[in-house]
Amino acid sequence: MNQPPIVVENLNTHYGDRHILKNVSLAVEPGEIFIIMGGSGSGKTTLLNHLLGLLVPTSGTIRILGQDIHAIPALERRKLRTRMGVAFQSGALFSSMSVGDNIALPLREHSNLDETTIGIVTRLKLEVVSLAGFESLMPSELSGGMIKRAALARAIVMDPRLLFCDEPSAGLDPVVASSIDDLILRLRDAMGMSIVVVTHDLESAFKIADRICVLDRGEVLALDTVDAIRRSDNERIQNLLNRRTEEAEIDPDAYLRRLMGEKERSSRFGPDARKGL
Amino acid sequence: MPHRLPPLLERVGRAAVGGVAELGFAASLLGQSLYWLALGRARGQPVRLAPIFAQGMDIGIAALPIITVLAATIGLMLAIQGIYTLKTFGAESRVTLGVALSTVREFSPLITGILVAGRSGSALAARLGTMRINQEIDALTVMGIAPVRFLVVPPLVAMAVLMPLLTLWADLVSLAAAGLYIAAELQTGFAAYADEVLSLLKLNDLMHGLAKSAIFAVLVTIVGVVNGASVSGGAEGVGRMTTRSVVQAISAIVVTDMIFVFMVTR
Repeated sequence: MNQPPIVVENLNTHYGDRHILKNVSLAVEPGEIFIIMGGSGSGKTTLLNHLLGLLVPTSGTIRILGQDIHAIPALERRKLRTRMGVAFQSGALFSSMSVGDNIALPLREHSNLDETTIGIVTRLKLEVVSLAGFESLMPSELSGGMIKRAALARAIVMDPRLLFCDEPSAGLDPVVASSIDDLILRLRDAMGMSIVVVTHDLESAFKIADRICVLDRGEVLALDTVDAIRRSDNERIQNLLNRRTEEAEIDPDAYLRRLMGEKERSSRFGPDARKGL
Repeated sequence: MPHRLPPLLERVGRAAVGGVAELGFAASLLGQSLYWLALGRARGQPVRLAPIFAQGMDIGIAALPIITVLAATIGLMLAIQGIYTLKTFGAESRVTLGVALSTVREFSPLITGILVAGRSGSALAARLGTMRINQEIDALTVMGIAPVRFLVVPPLVAMAVLMPLLTLWADLVSLAAAGLYIAAELQTGFAAYADEVLSLLKLNDLMHGLAKSAIFAVLVTIVGVVNGASVSGGAEGVGRMTTRSVVQAISAIVVTDMIFVFMVTR
């Protein structure tokens, strides 16, 4: 019962020839808020897409709620997904449906509840995210913060065991971002689910995290509690925490070649080589 | 290190591989659609009627006015051209045969198919493309809802039912419009024209046109979906793939029409 809801072992992934995630291993404990943090290009969104089963890894295993998400049959995977909720960065609300219909969709598709009950559950979830009375609006009529809340309401409508949030505070003003953090904390306390949050917002991460996994260039740089991460003497982690940029190594020859618009010497494959085809 | 290929040859090769991959994707979409249609209920994901009716309203009922206008215009055009051409031989009275057969077997399914490709095929591509770049398709997947069952099957079924019905309507309108012109021009009367049409047309002719329109329905839907699902590069990508979808659907309709006629009439 108390087995970790997410276990990732030796995950390696590639985009074409580029090695994106390198031997990533981690486990998310029941009921914890687990933050995946890292700068742009660190591979955190790729890791999230793998946890959601949207991408197939080169090697390694991902066990969600005890099941290997890539080894189980498609039917089992769809059943498994009804026990997970996902709030995407953009909200990904269906623009052709009202907010209420968006939130009710998983219930309509996966349960035999009648419309009255679905309406009650939908309004209940909207109350939880403080959007009561907004069910008849279309997603285009909502503000950024309201879209994030509606996306969270849709993600929790099936009472999932696992909740994933992609950049919940990105693009929001500090007050609204903080209210989303409070909402995530409240959801965990009320529903006891494990929550995985992908973010690059340090303040938000430190406020809500139980444990933080710092990704850097596709590798797990650190995986520990908030205090341990704060105290870390690793230079790259301190750079990230203190918002210091890292000086790139300067290669005068390469710089000159780039200015002249010349390609790398190893690239002898005609003009299309640049497209990485 | 690979050998240097001539750029033209390399481009042709890549385009060919891309084309084959797209054909495979289209075939897989069609296969998955049939799978969900047949086994969706047993798999706990039934194809629901409400979205099929909603798509049907959009694809069929909303297209009626423009189909009516174009079918009538085509009927009139065929009658005018028919009488003009046959006058050369003094055989104007035989114009009904040409008009009836060419309308029912060729022009009605073709014009309906092209119109639906322009109206609904492109809308489907744009909708799916926008959903893709907004991560709405990913959202469906992670909710455990099969995107093909939810997004592709309803328009496919609606299109396959309504395209033949629209074609039938186009047949009626086109023949009636041609009849009005022929009756007035040849001083024969509309009832005589209608009688002649009924005696000339066989069920086989009607079915030839309707069968083609059902094939066009599948082509328009699948081409729209393939292009919509392949969108990348934001709003510009949606526009590019929507245009591509219309061009490909119309080309597919015309080429399939020729192949169908070749197979069936020989």
